[in-house]
Amino acid sequence: MKIIVGVKRVVDYNVRIQVKPDGSGVVTDGVKMSLNPFDEIAIEEALRIKESGKAEEVIAVTIGAKACQEQLRTALAMGADRAIHVETDEGIQPLTAARIFKALCDKEAPKLVIFGKQAIDDDNSQTAQMLAALSHWPQATFASEVVIDADTASVTREVDAGLETLSVDLPAVVSADLRLNEPRYVKLPDIMKAKRKPIDTVSISDLGVEVAAGIKVLKTTAPAKRQAGIMVETVEQLVVALKEKGLIK
Amino acid sequence: MNKVLVIAEHDGSNLNGSTARAISCAKDIQAESIDIVVLAADGSSVAEQAAALAGVNKVLLVQNPANEHPVAAFLAPQIESLATDYTHVLAPSTTFGKDLMPRIAAHLGVPQISDIMRVESATIFDRPVYAGNAIITVEAPAGIIVGTVRTASYPVAENGGSASIENREVSVELPSHTRFVSVSTGGGEERPDLQAAATVVSGGRGVGSEENFKVIYGLADKLGAAVGASRAAVDVGFIPNDHQVGQTGKIIAPDLYMAFGISGAIQHLAGIKDAGTIVAVNKDADAPIFEVADFGLVGDLFQVIEDLEKALA
Ligand SMILES: Cc1cc2nc3c(=O)[nH]c(=O)nc-3n(C[C@H](O)[C@H](O)[C@H](O)COP(=O)(O)OP(=O)(O)OC[C@H]3O[C@@H](n4cnc5c(N)ncnc54)[C@H](O)[C@@H]3O)c2cc1C
Repeated sequence: MKIIVGVKRVVDYNVRIQVKPDGSGVVTDGVKMSLNPFDEIAIEEALRIKESGKAEEVIAVTIGAKACQEQLRTALAMGADRAIHVETDEGIQPLTAARIFKALCDKEAPKLVIFGKQAIDDDNSQTAQMLAALSHWPQATFASEVVIDADTASVTREVDAGLETLSVDLPAVVSADLRLNEPRYVKLPDIMKAKRKPIDTVSISDLGVEVAAGIKVLKTTAPAKRQAGIMVETVEQLVVALKEKGLIK
Repeated sequence: MNKVLVIAEHDGSNLNGSTARAISCAKDIQAESIDIVVLAADGSSVAEQAAALAGVNKVLLVQNPANEHPVAAFLAPQIESLATDYTHVLAPSTTFGKDLMPRIAAHLGVPQISDIMRVESATIFDRPVYAGNAIITVEAPAGIIVGTVRTASYPVAENGGSASIENREVSVELPSHTRFVSVSTGGGEERPDLQAAATVVSGGRGVGSEENFKVIYGLADKLGAAVGASRAAVDVGFIPNDHQVGQTGKIIAPDLYMAFGISGAIQHLAGIKDAGTIVAVNKDADAPIFEVADFGLVGDLFQVIEDLEKALA
């Protein structure tokens, strides 16, 4: 079987985000960009399924501007067999992204599509579920364990109550949570090898996808800052302060 | 005129408190009516709890054996068939709502607004991005508005309502491709719920081991508090996943949050931005958690907890 993995280029998780003074967005010029950490986990999971003999091919897919090829190269260096770059300079929202993945699934017929559970820029957590909806496929979001068994998958999900297990027929869409696996480190020879792996570039119109009416971002603001606090020297001072506020008895 | 439908989150017997927070958000939309839908196998008791929330006009009760567990693939088509009577469909931004709502939005052909933290108007909302390090104000396009509500931004709606309860038959075909197998909780149900507790005592990697976490539980019990944790503490197995606080764990707003041996990574801080008072105890005076703490104390967490227990005895 084939596995498609959705990956996104995002501001690196270590970067301290700065809101532009004119409210038009956050500063991305000169900022370190990386593969969304959850997508790295998604790739790793696909590779492990392939390495266990249950899949033949792992295809990494991204939607975005030319620069996103960097992240596809990372996915290829990790071990993906090939990549598809849906090239666009527009900001693509989850519903359109899901339509694009649907079009690719119609073409490639994967048995499994894995996404990160959210991208750490927009924090939307929508694309996996939307693709599952549009395809009328099962979804297993926030996965911390995936066991493939012929035509079904048993997926353990991290939910607020604890851990939930679903059994789903394939094809299915899975979204990866943090504890699904620990992604491998990419070694230099893999990076060299990845340069020879193919990246197909297609446009949204090539795929016959209609861009959905989206949400309009009117402005971006910095969050309210917490008032600076004080340092206390002793536990007694802390207890007095908390009692004064009525927070402890 | 705006009509809001809120999806009830529940476990078959109790309405989850996050639903009452979503109702508070719905009220800000200035709607003509707010209805709640309870999808359950046997939901009469949950429906009664929903009907008691002030400001709710009607509770729709959809009973079906398939609704025993909240499986998005089963719930979504049922909700879609009801959604067309409404201008807004909301659910709490818990793992329940996050899993379910995009499936509904996609079928309705509309975008979803995730983590609504403020209602500016019936079509304009504020939501956090970049782990809460920026807030965007967004306008929804024409069509039904589907959204999830950032529960830490809203109070629990009061009781005192007496909405009518209406049984609804929903005849849609449900898929056979998904089977619920099991759910296991991390234990500790006798302690307050992390998302509802007034006080939360939280431990990080600095706690050192599962065994050592007993001191965190001990202090929490003394304070009647819930227990939280950083991702690092969960990853190494000190404590089960349902305790994780942060961007990718639970977003909470207790009156008092006490962090022990937590460095204060931005992903962790994203979960506690709305806490009333933050106390941080860390042996490293340069730990970033001190930048957001109302009260910081540099020291060994075990010694501090021992002294706190004595002071509280
Ligand atoms: C995509 C992504 C999502 C993430 N989501 C989350 C999330 O939701 N929640 C989350 O918490 N993290 C999240 N993280 C991880 C986050 O970046 C940090 O790695 C994590 O929060 C660190 O946990 P910690 O503070 O317990 O550990 P550390 O950073 O290792 O800090 C341990 C602290 O304990 C102190 N300490 C040690 N011993 C003692 C002692 N005896 N007494 C007092 N202090 C002591 C140390 O000085 C140190 O400051 C995420 C990361 C990524 C990449």
